[in-house]
Amino acid sequence: MNDLLQFLTLQDANVRYVVLGVMLLSATSSVVGCFALLRKRSLVGDAVAHAVLPGICLSFIIADSKEPWVLLIGAFITGWLSIYLIDFISSKSKLKPDTAVAIVLSVFFGAGVMLLSHIQHQGSASQSGLDKFLFGKAASLVSTDLITFASVAVFLLIVVALFYKEFKLISFDIKYAKTIGYPVKFIELLLSSLTVLAVIIGIQAVGVVLMAAILITPAAAARTWTDKLGMMILVSCIIAALSSLLGTYVSFVAPAMPTGPWIVLIMSLLAFISFLIAPKKGILSKYIKQVKNRNKIKEENVLKMLFHLGERENDFFKPRTISEMMTMNDVPENLSKVLGGLKRHGYIEKQGDTYTLTVEGKTKGQRMVRIHRLWEAYLSEHLQIPADHVHFNAEAVEHVITHEIEADLVKSLTNPNLDPHESEIPK
Amino acid sequence: MILQAENQVVDVHNLTVSYDNKPVLWNIDLTLPKGALVGIIGPNGAGKSTLIKAMMGIVPVDSGYVKIFGEALNVVRQKIAYVPQRESVDWDFPASVYDIVMMGRYGKMGLFKRPRKADADVVMDCLRKVGLVALKDRQIAQLSGGQQQRVFLARALAQEADLYFMDEPFAGVDIATETAIIELLREMRNDGKTVVVVHHDLQSAAEYFNWTILINTRLIASGPTPQVLTNELLQKTYGGKLDVLSQMQDIIKTEAFSVGHS
Repeated sequence: MNDLLQFLTLQDANVRYVVLGVMLLSATSSVVGCFALLRKRSLVGDAVAHAVLPGICLSFIIADSKEPWVLLIGAFITGWLSIYLIDFISSKSKLKPDTAVAIVLSVFFGAGVMLLSHIQHQGSASQSGLDKFLFGKAASLVSTDLITFASVAVFLLIVVALFYKEFKLISFDIKYAKTIGYPVKFIELLLSSLTVLAVIIGIQAVGVVLMAAILITPAAAARTWTDKLGMMILVSCIIAALSSLLGTYVSFVAPAMPTGPWIVLIMSLLAFISFLIAPKKGILSKYIKQVKNRNKIKEENVLKMLFHLGERENDFFKPRTISEMMTMNDVPENLSKVLGGLKRHGYIEKQGDTYTLTVEGKTKGQRMVRIHRLWEAYLSEHLQIPADHVHFNAEAVEHVITHEIEADLVKSLTNPNLDPHESEIPK
Repeated sequence: MILQAENQVVDVHNLTVSYDNKPVLWNIDLTLPKGALVGIIGPNGAGKSTLIKAMMGIVPVDSGYVKIFGEALNVVRQKIAYVPQRESVDWDFPASVYDIVMMGRYGKMGLFKRPRKADADVVMDCLRKVGLVALKDRQIAQLSGGQQQRVFLARALAQEADLYFMDEPFAGVDIATETAIIELLREMRNDGKTVVVVHHDLQSAAEYFNWTILINTRLIASGPTPQVLTNELLQKTYGGKLDVLSQMQDIIKTEAFSVGHS
């Protein structure tokens, strides 16, 4: 607990630089990642991340310096080259874009690893630490790094803000953008450059291998929470920053643990949780909706059945026993449970072992029967389905017919008072 | 039966266009008049979509040119609006109906600018014209086919253009939406706009359009509808591909032959 407080209040200067630096760069990467995801270019981000490795090594070999800005120039060049090559291969050869990405990623990364081994075998003392670019070394971030990140992050965010509607348009409908005379090539170039830039600052913390996760995972998680682009970008920043905070905390408490991979693990965990519980789009919410629908169907069917009983004896408000109900068709297995639900909703009353429809229950049961028979009549008249086949279809469909559709059904029938089985359709 | 229009807004000259390395339009020459509802009719694979895409300059041409309002395309882009096929985008995009229609104003707004009140007024007006005001904040993935079509239509209307190109706007659309759309197009035509529509249904073509283009890789006819929609010309259009021409198309593709010379 003491640890957590000390961590959170950022008293330790080193901790401060690492935490803020990592939160900043993963948030900005996720902004760019949102557009990559929407343009279906997530894998290109992965290729770029792997492609910067040979650039870093070449810069070191050529300039014989480990200065960050020297290395990053090389990273920018090979990062950019990889994007160009992917486009070139996809458009000029028979290979599809996913193949192009796979080839470029492997070739560049292989070259990078080869150069890295070569450098390490050279044995010069100054090269140690270059391998940190593979998996990142967030713990070694210092104040100057923070300033660099902050400036790049601010630049990136300004560009995104300036070109927000342009990026939005080409992500949604690039052909339309061309017809209104938008400089589509320039905008795509800009977005690609931002991706390379985000990758370059991101690899300091999480390294080349895991960079794709920082770009895409927060965006993917955010997509399940909202249907607005602006909100999606905001949520992905929050998820990215939160994961960075927690990941850094883990390696703060257990120094042997690497920060980068922990950030990625936490991000992925948050993403999986989002896929499960996000309202509307989450797997759990869809399941809950299904269960609700099934219950609705069972309850409405029982109300119909009670109405039929009433219709038969011309007395809707007579108390019924379960054994009486079991003589009807289509009775669900968990009848008493369903009856319990109906009682809770106020559609029936229970006295001892008997159940009676309330006024509301009779109205609802009546409406269900009405819709069922209207739909049967519609199937019979307009789709020419024989009378003995319409029942099952109506059983399935009646529960979603709205009042508007009901009104249209009535309008479309020549006789809205009689169903195909010659029964009267109630009001 | 290729009649030239007086008061031309579109001038297509000797246009040859390839799709996937195969020439699908051969030496098309035609002109279209101002203030007309134009239908482009032909069988599947005839090159209808390619023709309007070439007219808008979004596919490369092998040879020939297109002039709009007497000028090159890039000069008059502000006056042209495009309604693409619904399948051309992924509708699972985080945006509302209003957002998409506002995209129609981006051309007029220019880079770096934010939407202003005037733009919002135009967007609401266009939403009203297509009957989507109640759905303006709805996520586009939750729209029906007819509603999606109307969103694209509203987006094009928001451009306040003079010439509209529409690619199968009635495909897979319910009859109520189709009636509403054709009414809107007639109003636009009466306002002096030119609307060029790729259409798939022969029966309604005679009723909807006052100028018709019949196309099947080559131009068969272009002129006022009553003179073009004749049995003889329709037979030529729908009577299958020209055998020799088909063989030529295939060979050009396999041999990777370049038929371009601009």
